[in-house]
Amino acid sequence: MAMVRYILKRCFIGVATLFVLITVTFFLTRLMPGNPFEGDNVSTATLEKFAEEYGLNLPIHQQYVRYVGKLLQGDLGTSFKKPGVSIVSLIAKGAPATMSLGLTAYVSAMFLGIVIGVWEAVSKREMVRSVLMSLSTLGISVPNFIFAILMMLVFGVWLKWFPTLGLDTPKHYVMPVVTLAVYPVAQISRLVHASFTEAMRMDYVTMAKAKGLRQSTVLFKHILKNALIPVVTNSGPLIAFLMTGSFVVESIFTIPGIGREFVNSVSNRDYTVIMGLTIFVGALIILCNLVCDVICPLVDPRIKITR
Amino acid sequence: MDLKTLFLPLDVSQKNDEFIAMESKSFAKDVWQRFCRNRRALFGFVLLSCIVLLAVFGAMASPYTYDGQDTAIRNLPPHAQHWFGTDKFGRDIFTRVLYGVRMSLLIGFVSTAVNFLVGLVYGGVAGYCGGYADMLMMRVCDILYAIPAMLYIILIMLIFGSHVGSILIGICLSGWVGVARIVRAQVLSLKEREYALAAYVLGSSRRRIFFKHLLANSMGALLVTVTLMIPQAIFMEAFLSFIGIGISAPMASLGTLAQDAKTYFQVYPTQILFPIGMICLIIFSLSFISKGLEEAFDPRNRR
Repeated sequence: MAMVRYILKRCFIGVATLFVLITVTFFLTRLMPGNPFEGDNVSTATLEKFAEEYGLNLPIHQQYVRYVGKLLQGDLGTSFKKPGVSIVSLIAKGAPATMSLGLTAYVSAMFLGIVIGVWEAVSKREMVRSVLMSLSTLGISVPNFIFAILMMLVFGVWLKWFPTLGLDTPKHYVMPVVTLAVYPVAQISRLVHASFTEAMRMDYVTMAKAKGLRQSTVLFKHILKNALIPVVTNSGPLIAFLMTGSFVVESIFTIPGIGREFVNSVSNRDYTVIMGLTIFVGALIILCNLVCDVICPLVDPRIKITR
Repeated sequence: MDLKTLFLPLDVSQKNDEFIAMESKSFAKDVWQRFCRNRRALFGFVLLSCIVLLAVFGAMASPYTYDGQDTAIRNLPPHAQHWFGTDKFGRDIFTRVLYGVRMSLLIGFVSTAVNFLVGLVYGGVAGYCGGYADMLMMRVCDILYAIPAMLYIILIMLIFGSHVGSILIGICLSGWVGVARIVRAQVLSLKEREYALAAYVLGSSRRRIFFKHLLANSMGALLVTVTLMIPQAIFMEAFLSFIGIGISAPMASLGTLAQDAKTYFQVYPTQILFPIGMICLIIFSLSFISKGLEEAFDPRNRR
């Protein structure tokens, strides 16, 4: 019962957040300098079409109701600078690149982060630990666009090991994925390191060892399983990070994904696309956070869900 | 026998000879000493101080201005007159980098200060009041926290234009949520402690308990977070400038400099390496300081 209440509460917060996001985005876009629907080289016919589509002649609260109504039907509107191109089609076009990039980065970050974190925790050599520690500090503190530029310069231009544009072959994936994954790897390895060291000191681990269980059973079943809880809890923010990180990576490596579309629309001041993509990306992240919040108490029963 | 020869008066300095205790230190002094013993933290602190001094005074001492153009000396590599070379308009990159550092540090420190104060008050009030007020205030935080900051900072930049003010507004809009959550958690647990009760029993006013006992004691945990917020703000500004909606030319920020040099970075790599190297130095020094503070504030490290 408590579980159902918890899930309902989380869902309610998720919906409220989404509602705030849509409202704020809508009114902020209306606040933009000049009329966002006034361009230099847009014909009157197009303007009229837009005025009709967005109901610009209506009072603002009616426009808002109309916009939300359209959103609920899954219609994010059309591009203002490229008439006739719907934002949903832009998303559909960009989704494969962004998804494959994000997923590759997510999986490799999880894998590498856990391996490095465990290695750091079990290694007895001071040297290994301090090198890994410095690397993770480096990974956390260097902004990803700097990583992207440095990698491009060294591996793309000077050494010519990897191509610098597009996403055609597996080789193309290397640099963008590394750029996206550096920060998550460092963060996950820190989390795993901390929770692993803590789990190793637990009484049940001593108990398991005393029972004479095999080393690997203790390691995987007793320590690792508990040490991975914070990694699961952290998945929501991680997905949010990968999503916003794709803005940088896709525009630097010229990858035709949602992130690049967003950055382009920002530099072209294509307001309707900015509005649509902001709501889409925001909604996606809110959804991921919601799923993560619901999963957390299932993985870690110690979280009190009655709160 | 005379008593005076049997019992000699003891010198005052020997009075507490057998009293075993640490030298009494104030908390701040103690933290500071531990911080100084940590070589890495001290290195970060010295590095950051050098960068700040260089940014403040170096830019004044430089013979060039940040927007002075000279078409005769375009795209020069680093040499004696122009330490970091010149850009495509013949502007001195060293001077521009110094101005960029100023801008980045300004944004980092100002936004962090604002976020710190707002978060302190908001979290403190939520934690101290408790009950429905707390619930309501924390739900607001949840909602603000769930939307990635970058999305509405971009919207705000587009509305208010590309200058420092709008970046600051954008970063401060939700940056305080993290601070507020920490303060609330601290205050919630601290107000149940005996010393808070003792202060109440002794008749301290609510305000005094709130400021002197609850907020003052949650400072340690906060300072660490706050030192990490500065690089985040610097990074946010650099990123916004980098995608072309941050500080606009001819004003310089480290992000704009990187953005300017991006187009030709395959031909003139030094133009982009200097600004991004500077961002890295600032961020490293701050993360060393933060790590050092974290260790210094941990009472288990007390010696």
